[in-house]
Amino acid sequence: MKMFGFLGRKKSAPVARERLQVMLAHERASLGRSQLVARMRDDIVAVIASHVGVERNEVRVKVNRRDSMFVLKIDMDITPDIIPNDPRSSPQKAISAQSTPH
Amino acid sequence: MSEKKNAKIVVVTSGKGGVGKTTSTAALGAALAQEGQSVAVVDFDIGLRNLDLMMGAERRVIFDLINVIQGNANLSQALIKDKRLENLYLLPASQTRDKNALTEKGVLQVMEQLRSRFDWVICDSPAGIERGAVLAMKHADIAVIIANPEISSVRDSDRIIGLLDAKTERAKKGQEVEKHLLITRYDTVRAGTGEMLAIDDVSEVLSIPLLGIIPESREVLSASNLGVPVPVSNPACLPAKAYVQAARRLCGEDIEVTLPVSKKKLFANWFGGRAA
Repeated sequence: MKMFGFLGRKKSAPVARERLQVMLAHERASLGRSQLVARMRDDIVAVIASHVGVERNEVRVKVNRRDSMFVLKIDMDITPDIIPNDPRSSPQKAISAQSTPH
Repeated sequence: MSEKKNAKIVVVTSGKGGVGKTTSTAALGAALAQEGQSVAVVDFDIGLRNLDLMMGAERRVIFDLINVIQGNANLSQALIKDKRLENLYLLPASQTRDKNALTEKGVLQVMEQLRSRFDWVICDSPAGIERGAVLAMKHADIAVIIANPEISSVRDSDRIIGLLDAKTERAKKGQEVEKHLLITRYDTVRAGTGEMLAIDDVSEVLSIPLLGIIPESREVLSASNLGVPVPVSNPACLPAKAYVQAARRLCGEDIEVTLPVSKKKLFANWFGGRAA
């Protein structure tokens, strides 16, 4: 029989602590404390989308660290045959008009 | 108040609602005023004002922040002088207006006027991360981030820290808003038994310096019932002492942050009891 079971019963704080650490590590990476990567991605995509069609949902941005250098890697699918200002491709217009989500 | 001052603008913010922003704004304002500083507490919660209640000034509100912004009243007409403390003033929020009445230009003008008239301007932010919360923090030099030792509150505080680094005037100038963590509703007994996040857990996760720990206490509710800031309603109680120390730290005094435990509580804790 566990006589002092009541002592260990309510230790939920370590679980909370671990959940918090995992969650915040994830959220800081995606939102960023200054949201720098997210803002850069939106600006860069907006510029590219003003020239060629961009699959907005297919943009992958990564910041990697190599020794003393940071490497910004942007991976996106473009459709050069679609020009946003061309009335024939009106569905693409929404891309350049979309603003930074906050 | 004829000499020109240069106030420090403080925003009391949290993201999450109900963690103690308004109580803490009133308490820190009162504690600073007790230290001889001139203080204006400003309610930014347009449509849901409550700072007037915490200050016991709800029946004396004639003009508010929106009236000043829209030019229907000047600042001196809208500022309500505290009944007990000589140097403490309240600028209430509007109860009836649409929160869109709060304009960026208007807020800037009011903040500039307040800055030149007080030593401290303490802005009580609305909950959330929307416009009102962003405008409340916009001109802040210092942020007091209120968190309860509970995961949803800590997560929201983390978001608010992100906003402070992105949306404030200081951030735009490449400067930093000085950030402080104030933990409220802390229960020493429950933290001791591992039921509640410990102070170290919270401050470590958020990685900002600790301004103080306000214990969960019936004195806080009692102060709100009476409409008197905690340090004035019962200066001897633990939360009052914790707020006074936090205010002194804000002024730059080097006081060690300790767990607020009464001798009575320690004794009760020893027997595994739950003293109130």
